[in-house]
Formats: sequence, C-alpha cells, structure tokens
Amino acid sequence: MSFITRGFSGRSRERDDRLPPGQTLVGDFPVLSAGPTPEVDTEDWEFTIRTETGAHSWNWDEFMALKIEDVDTDIHCVTHWSKLGTRWRGVSLDTLFEDVETEYDYVMAHSYGGYTTNVPLDELLDGKSWVAFEFDGEPLDPEHGGPARLLVPHLYFWKSAKWVRGLVMMDQDEPGFWEQNGYHIHGDPWKEERYW
Amino acid sequence: MEHVDGNVLAGPLAEFFSFDVTMATGRCVGCGTVAELARAMVYRSGAGTVVRCSTCDNVLATLVEADDRAWIGLRGVTAIEVRRTPTGG
Amino acid sequence: MSDAPTAQAVAPSAALQAVPRSGWHVATVAATHRETPNATRIELDVPGWPGNAAGQHLDVRLTAPDGYQATRSYSIASSGSSTRVVLAVDKLPDGEVSPYLVDDVRDGDMLEVHGPLGAFFVWAPAAETGDRRPVQLIAGGSGVVPLYAMAHAHAGADDPTPFRLLYSVRTPDDVYFDDELGTLADSAAPLRLDFVYTRRTPDGWATAPGRITREALEAAVFPASERPRVFVCGSTGFVELVADWLVMLGHDPRSIRTERYGGT
Repeated sequence: MSFITRGFSGRSRERDDRLPPGQTLVGDFPVLSAGPTPEVDTEDWEFTIRTETGAHSWNWDEFMALKIEDVDTDIHCVTHWSKLGTRWRGVSLDTLFEDVETEYDYVMAHSYGGYTTNVPLDELLDGKSWVAFEFDGEPLDPEHGGPARLLVPHLYFWKSAKWVRGLVMMDQDEPGFWEQNGYHIHGDPWKEERYW
Repeated sequence: MEHVDGNVLAGPLAEFFSFDVTMATGRCVGCGTVAELARAMVYRSGAGTVVRCSTCDNVLATLVEADDRAWIGLRGVTAIEVRRTPTGG
Repeated sequence: MSDAPTAQAVAPSAALQAVPRSGWHVATVAATHRETPNATRIELDVPGWPGNAAGQHLDVRLTAPDGYQATRSYSIASSGSSTRVVLAVDKLPDGEVSPYLVDDVRDGDMLEVHGPLGAFFVWAPAAETGDRRPVQLIAGGSGVVPLYAMAHAHAGADDPTPFRLLYSVRTPDDVYFDDELGTLADSAAPLRLDFVYTRRTPDGWATAPGRITREALEAAVFPASERPRVFVCGSTGFVELVADWLVMLGHDPRSIRTERYGGT
C-alpha cells in the first residue's frame, strides 16, 4: 500500500467549486503531445468539411475572412487539471456550417498527423465550438496545436483536436483515436465521462 | 515535453506482463520494421502514452492508465515476439 | 506500406540476459551526497531487492497528503546482488519530483520504488554473455548514471573487454562520480575516459568549451571496424544527434542501444 511521502506536495493543485468533479486548477499550460509536432504552413493549410454529398474547403485567407470571435472559456483535461478563463480567437462551427447541408448527426474531426476524435454535430453547433488560431492574444503555437485547433470546451480537452484539418460527417457515432483506446465516446466532464 | 523511448515503459507495463516487455519485438504495420519496444519513440501526451515506430512514426501502441485499470492498445503491431528468458536472481 | 522484407533489428547473436523479476519495494534513504551543484547521490537500503544488472533503472513513486502521486524513472548507478541501491538524481528546472529528491530528501526517509526495470539497456561481463566486442559508452550529462554502473561492473568483474566512456558535461563541476571514474580508469579492466566540456573547461585544457562535434566523436570512439557495442544515454536531443553520427560513421544501428531522458 502506498504511504504519504514526507515533505512531498507536487505541483500546485487547487480545488475550486467552479470545477467539474475530480478536477484541480493548475497554473501553467503543459505541452504534451501524442506525436511529432506537424509543421503546417498557413500557405498550405486547408480546412474541409466533408458531407455525404460533397465537401466545403477553406484555405487560410478564406478562413481568416470569416467572422472571427473572441472566446473566454474554461478547459478541462481528462488527467484532472483544469484552467479557468482561457482566451482564444477563432471561427465558430456555426459559421463554418452555415452553408453545409447534411442529414448526418455525427462528426469525426481529423488532424494533420493522423489524430482523430468524434463529436456529435449538435455538440459542435449553437456556440459550443470553434476552430481556434489564437491563444492568449498570440498566434497558436505549433506545440499547442497551431496553426489551428478544434476547441470544444464543454467536453474533455482531448476532443479539442490539435492541428485540425477537417471534419467528416458520419451517420453513426464512431470512436476516434483515444475513444478506441480507452476513453469515453462522449467525454462530458460534468458527468466524469472519462473512460469506457 | 520531448519524446523518450520504450525503456520508460518497463515500469508501467510490468503490472500487465510477466516478462520485460521492453525486450519484446513487434512488426510495424506501417513500414514493416521489426524492433524491440525499447527502440520505439514514446510520447507522453495529456490523455495517455503513445508508442510510435522509430522508422516511420506510425502509432504502434497506446497506454491509458486510470487508478484502478489500464488500457493497452496494440493497433500498430501485427504480433509481438517474446523470447523465453530465464528470470530469477 | 512496402512489402519488401526489412532487416531484423534484433542482432541474432544478442545474448539473452537473465534479469531479476521486478517488484514494488519500500526503500529507506541511507545516505545522501551532493554529487554536483545540481545533483544528489542517494543511497537506498531496499530489503528484498533481488539485485540488478548494470544499466537497469527503477521508478520512484511519491504520494502527497491529498493522495496525488507522481512517478519518475531513475537509472541505478550500482549493480549486483546488494540491497544497497545507488541513484544519482539531476534536478530539472521545472521538475515536480527531482527538486524534492535533490534538495529535500533526508536520511531515514522512505520512498516507494519499482524495480529493477529494463533488460534492453544492460551490460553484463563477457564471462556471462560470451560477447567480447569492445564497449563504447557515450554520456550526456546525467546520462552517465547507467553507463557508470556498467563501467563499475566491468571493473568489479576484472572483465578484459576494452571499454571507452565519452562523457559530455557542462563544466568540470558537473562530473558525476568524478573520483570513482578516475579509479576505474586506473584499474585492471581497460577503460579509456574522454571528456567534452560544453560551457567551461578545466584550466589548461587544450580546446575551447563547446558542444560535442562529429569530429570529436569520431576521434574518441572505437572505429566502426572494431564493431563495438555502443550505449548512449542522455537527453533526447543529445542521444539522437550522437546516434545519427555513429550511423554515419559506419556503426551498425543494431549495435547501438540508446536510453533517452526527458520530461519533468
């Protein structure tokens, strides 16, 4: 059985009533990656929504010409850390889906480098998600998912896919990378939907 | 945080295998390279550990650890080879 | 995906080494010694420790009062059957565990350890393995710890295998096991020691301080024609740079074993 180590406390961890169950506040924003950082130039960057009937694509300039929003939100990582009041700028998925027609209800997000994660469409719309390209007033660092990442703050942060390159509509919910490997298919922090 | 290599997996995986898993070899489904797990690149991401082929970066395996259980995914190897090694000191 | 057959990465002649079964143990700090301005040598008493091979590591798990746990891997500087296990821990600037181990740990403290771990990055005497090829050790900073364990085991066994250690450090004050290395170099088991000083050299040193270069590496290591077994340990950047150069110098990648240190 483990015992308490004399004199050890670890990094600062605060509890806070504003947090979902099992979460603690941390100060810094750790850079943790599942693989080598993709190097994607905005000159080559494209974002595509692929539906059952076709595809809608934006290059970087077209993307920047869309309505851009300021986002102030809390984020919750499945490994128990949370950050309150993080600031981003990005394009809402509502804006991106304005002219997209689909009968399908589920989305698989795909990233440069091969990462995938699944989200129901109605959890991306109605002001719930963005494709974000700025964090804390600066262009999003490649280490943090730049040029652009998906931001779905009401779900555990593994759903906010770094280096996002597009969305593919699905008629059924299918598990993405981490969902295949132990994580909950939905991922609501308020219900502690962490694992299978 | 930069990546490390498969040597670090010896501890976390000791619970699930009775042999030293870092010496087990597997064939990468991406490029066919056969190598010991100790030679793979290991990324410790927020959500879990990702093991990648050092030749082609394809994901060989994943490890997710919770308090009471763990998930070992072997999506990128076709099989693992374990030599019969005597243990005991 | 190619269908062409690829070379086996496991050298067919690699001898299988028996390593003791790993387990969780309670270790008591028996002694600490400031090894360098940034590192502490910790001697642990580990009842029930089954012994360990040279190059193996263990995981240390610390528990905070609220139940939070942090686990980190540390190479073992000692080897053999003794239940006295020696670590040498480097303090990382943003570390969560290393500042505690380097600055706060006291004699009598108890730590949970898991080991011995790892059978890949291990050396055993020729008498056990039958492998008589020369051994090249290349250390970047704190990466010297498992390599020191190998050099120490080599001397302890009076093993005739030619050994070389190329050790890259910032300054002469940052050398781990300084006195012990000198003794090993003078012992009967052949060990050649070469240093690279990256920030400050000893007085009278022939070259200016600087990072290791491919030329310095080539001058110090056994030539590829002697087919040495090579062990490289240090930060990921150091290890990959050195390993790439070794392959360019003609060393067989299957003869090179690496251990990367990383993270906080």
